[in-house]
Amino acid sequence: MASVSTDRTPVGGTGTVAGGQDSPPALAGYTLPEPLREFLPKVGWTLVSVGTFAALWEFLWFIGWADPKLLPPPHVFLGAFADQAKFFNTAQRWAIGVSPDAGPTPWQAVLITVVSSAMRVFIGITLAAILALSLGVAIRYWIVVERLTLPTVTLLSPVSPIAWLPVAIFLFGIGNAPAIFMVVIALFFHMTIATINHIDGVNRNLINVARTMGATKAQIYRRVIIPAILPGVFVILRLNLFGAWMVVLIAESTGVGYGLGQVIMLARNTFNPSLVFFCIALIGFLGFATDWAMRMTQKRVLYWVNDPSGVLRGL
Amino acid sequence: MSCRDVGKIWAAGTSRAHEALANIDLDIEPGEFVVLLGPSGCGKSTLLYLIAGLEQQTGGSLTYFGEQVKAPSPDRSLIFQETSLFPWLSVWENVSFGLQIRGESEPDRRAAAKDVLKRVGLTEAGSKRPDELSGGMRQRVAVARALAMRPRVLLMDEPFAALDVQTRQKMQDFLIDVWRDSGASVVFVTHHIDEAVALADRVCVFTSRPGRIKETVKVDLPRPRDPFSPECEALRKRLTQLLKDEVDRAFAEQEGMAEAV
Repeated sequence: MASVSTDRTPVGGTGTVAGGQDSPPALAGYTLPEPLREFLPKVGWTLVSVGTFAALWEFLWFIGWADPKLLPPPHVFLGAFADQAKFFNTAQRWAIGVSPDAGPTPWQAVLITVVSSAMRVFIGITLAAILALSLGVAIRYWIVVERLTLPTVTLLSPVSPIAWLPVAIFLFGIGNAPAIFMVVIALFFHMTIATINHIDGVNRNLINVARTMGATKAQIYRRVIIPAILPGVFVILRLNLFGAWMVVLIAESTGVGYGLGQVIMLARNTFNPSLVFFCIALIGFLGFATDWAMRMTQKRVLYWVNDPSGVLRGL
Repeated sequence: MSCRDVGKIWAAGTSRAHEALANIDLDIEPGEFVVLLGPSGCGKSTLLYLIAGLEQQTGGSLTYFGEQVKAPSPDRSLIFQETSLFPWLSVWENVSFGLQIRGESEPDRRAAAKDVLKRVGLTEAGSKRPDELSGGMRQRVAVARALAMRPRVLLMDEPFAALDVQTRQKMQDFLIDVWRDSGASVVFVTHHIDEAVALADRVCVFTSRPGRIKETVKVDLPRPRDPFSPECEALRKRLTQLLKDEVDRAFAEQEGMAEAV
């Protein structure tokens, strides 16, 4: 699997690009359906980009600059996959009454690890978004809420999420809860303040239109302000997605039980660079996939927001 | 609609206080087309916001059919300079927004939107989104949205300022049709003399800082008006002269301020 992915990727990628962008000469008379025509070049260039990076790394290893013990090239750390998978141990062997041999196979363990980390990020982000949006709106809606909570929120927002780690463990012990708590706490304060800023930035004319039509305060919030701030809030959510991944790894590495962060910690303690890079590759891929999923959601939910990147590319 | 000695001071009671409007006396008759003409920043838009009830005056009184204006009302619809359509709603949903606020049912709203869109010549555009429309079409949708509330006064804050000259002329003709058709009065704010000449029954020329009504010019010309007719030329000349003094004064003031800084 390893050598295939590293050596072939650039070639395969280039092929896809050529096929996607200039398909007519290669396949005369056949044009790809439009979504594919847009999609394939993107995938192709992603593979080329990653492939070039991997090829450079492999080259440095080949000429002997990159020490395989410290910086194992992709074909080494991906090639040792079956070996590495055994470190992804989600079996609860420490628990009383569990047989020492019980537990999932290494492959299942990798999957469980990845899915649990991803679920923690997803649940944490969703909770943080709901809480922050609610509090942000409430702060602008009721002056009492603002006076009671805004100073505290402002005070706590610059505190590094790492500082909350002990609190997470005091409160929630070991398991999913402290990791999710960490994600929520890392995003909540910033997102609340961002929500308030977005509410203040809503086009006055839109609010005035609703006012002249006789809308009540509640109607203005529900029908004008919340739809108007959603695009901005979603951008904040996407920007914080990577933050959420970082925080989850930190939480997992300090004894949540299992997860990618815990495996990286294990790799550190057992001096296993291959495992570290394997996890980095997994995390990179997961972050990429979640960002993509979020962009798709954004397109669906916020159908009225235009993508400006095409304009910028024309410069 | 009647304004008596209306004044507005922004940020009253603070060191940044400045007087935007003073001693405004203005009556708007039902079905009348009044144009408020003045240099930028003279407070004519402020007066419009006061009439709409979006802002409160700091002096004098505004009455609407004998009642004090305290809050906005769907009876006095305001149309803004920039397109103020809700980008997340389709054209027909935008048009029927006010009806939804009132709690009318969806079939009723659809029917009403269809009817109003027909009146502004956009029958086909109902299911489109605002960003798929041209600037002129968007303003027509904004007019339709205001008309859907069956207002007795249409307040317009330089609604065609962002449009090109040709579209603007088309929109003026369109507005005259809509105005006649609806029987509502129109208060139209502009700094464009040609627009005032083309549209108004009555032009109120504003002074700058604080805004006062310098002179009211009655326009008794039949519509559609030929902008190159001698009467229109004469009117244009007179309005230009009235405005020129104000613009000169405003410039001198700004230069004075720049020197003081």
